[in-house]
Amino acid sequence: MPPTAVPASPRSPSPGTPYDLLLIGGGVIGLSAAWRAARRGLRVAVADPAPASAAAASHAAAGMLAPVSEVTYTEEPLLRLGLASLARWPAFAAELAADSGHDLDYRAEGTLEVAFGSDDLAVLDELAAFMRKLELPVERLTGRECRRLEPMLAPAVRGGLLAPGDAWVDPRRVTRALLAALERRGVTLIPARVAGLERSGEAVTGVRLAPDGGSPDGGSPDGGSPDGGVVRARRTVLAAGAWSGAMEGLPPEVLPPVRPVKGQIMRLRSPEPILRRCVRGSVHGSYVYLVPRGDGELVLGATQEELGFDTRVTAGGLWELLRDARELVPGVTELEVADVVAGLRPGTPDNLPLIGPTVLPGLSLATGHHRGGVLLAPLTAALLTGEAGDDEGEGLAALCSPLRFHENPRVGENA
Amino acid sequence: MDDLIIGGEKFSSRLIMGTGGAPSLEVLDAALAASGTELTTVAMRRLDPSARGSVLDVLRARGIKVLPNTAGCFTAGEAVLTARLAREALETDWVKLEVISDERTLLPDPIETFDAAERLVADGFTVLPYIGDDPALARRLEQAGCAAVMPLGAPIGSGLGIRNPHNIELIVEAAGVPVILDAGIGTASDAALAMELGCDAVLLATAVTRAQRPELMAEAMRSAVRAGRAARLAGRIPRRRYAEASSPMNP
Repeated sequence: MPPTAVPASPRSPSPGTPYDLLLIGGGVIGLSAAWRAARRGLRVAVADPAPASAAAASHAAAGMLAPVSEVTYTEEPLLRLGLASLARWPAFAAELAADSGHDLDYRAEGTLEVAFGSDDLAVLDELAAFMRKLELPVERLTGRECRRLEPMLAPAVRGGLLAPGDAWVDPRRVTRALLAALERRGVTLIPARVAGLERSGEAVTGVRLAPDGGSPDGGSPDGGSPDGGVVRARRTVLAAGAWSGAMEGLPPEVLPPVRPVKGQIMRLRSPEPILRRCVRGSVHGSYVYLVPRGDGELVLGATQEELGFDTRVTAGGLWELLRDARELVPGVTELEVADVVAGLRPGTPDNLPLIGPTVLPGLSLATGHHRGGVLLAPLTAALLTGEAGDDEGEGLAALCSPLRFHENPRVGENA
Repeated sequence: MDDLIIGGEKFSSRLIMGTGGAPSLEVLDAALAASGTELTTVAMRRLDPSARGSVLDVLRARGIKVLPNTAGCFTAGEAVLTARLAREALETDWVKLEVISDERTLLPDPIETFDAAERLVADGFTVLPYIGDDPALARRLEQAGCAAVMPLGAPIGSGLGIRNPHNIELIVEAAGVPVILDAGIGTASDAALAMELGCDAVLLATAVTRAQRPELMAEAMRSAVRAGRAARLAGRIPRRRYAEASSPMNP
């Protein structure tokens, strides 16, 4: 079915008719998939107590769409996914802006990766060689060339790599725009916590809502039975981010090996942007990034901590961000602190997401995006809705298959 | 090969691994398996031992003993606190004691380290302190009741190898507890050299986790440690100024 500008039918034809697609989780992944599916004419619902809320990892995320500058050894598969999704972002952003009437602050001026000391420079050169081997389009710059591009960089910056194809977007604008687009497309938002899955034999037929979860407009959830707090769907997708691994009622062979990886991130504000493009830097071996927005916001991130479901913002976390950011861009200390927040990335054992069908008919996963949820949202939605049905799509789908941990059991299963 | 014995516990592998710097848990898991390690150190700061799916689960699944460490502590007070939290959470009284003096070099602070070691030994811990390549300090820590001493080859993560092999030999000569070469290993020959110098074990992390192919480097380290230990046990020939024919000139 081709994408269509005609909204799907906003209300169900009859109560109790199952949805075509039900997303558990209203973060950037769940909302993106819901929006793309609704555009294709499907009847869609999203269950989340507070969609696009501060709890979602996308609320904390900086929104770097930088698969090239973030590539590391052993992670070529993640690079392939990132490049494929980056290629989808311009159309995704344009269509979302049109559907929602919102501006996403999507920008594609590239990422500048800089090195601070001579040790950092040696690592950068090695990385540049690796990128050339992968035939990635990067440009090696001297320290002075870096500072011509970004005059606010410290004179001590020794050199850099420009990844001109990298882009970035404001994730909070993206999720707000998705909510607006979903409303226009008639997608049902069910503001309730999912207590468990509804099964008919092996098959998953929908979800059971938590008792005090409530339902939209005080009525029973569209497509659900009026009394039981049950929502039925032909296909249910678990897209609950870091919480996907804690979903109740899933058999062990389906429970995704997802763990929360805490990231602390800081938003500063200045009247005018002090950087033109994303700057990533290594300062004495420690990484920091600075992401500028059109409105003068500057995002500094991010820590990576294995602390379970802990979202406390700590003095040490913020200090490390500021310490390294100030080495690269001394002027950051003059900016106003607008926001500090900690989010939980859904990490997987191999850092690759889990997208696609499980062994249970009717249940798919769209989770485990770790640091790349915003970048991978368009590709994830395309894989789930069948928009990426070509040969390349199949290769990418295999990389993300939730079945990979069960065919070849390894880490994270017997946790 | 002969067993390594630390604090009364036997290990058949003399390669102790660290977990820092691995790109993913799966890469780490594969590297640990390839290394053959039976003892691996984990930084306890910023780690919740009860969280599901963490690095600790990787170690547990492989049956590798966890050696909690106090990386990131600058004072004896912090290190003792971190060790006690680790003991409570992991139910082990083993601790790799690491008290650093500054963030640029990450060199161990000898005074804070000694202070913390004394307090932890008194508290019943099995203490493995990370120290500079200082024979005098190594001897004092042994006298204070540490179960091993862990002199550095070079600063953490530097990959500069063993900068003062002579001092390592002096530490080995005097030590009555295992000597574990910790930090500075860059490649396999560094690990082999440590063992040839008489160290009882090698601890490394970055050399493997940040290699382009971590699993392959882990395998290389495993072989190097074994080869170095075998060479040490076999006894090297004396160095000579001139050639000596290996086959007899005269029948």
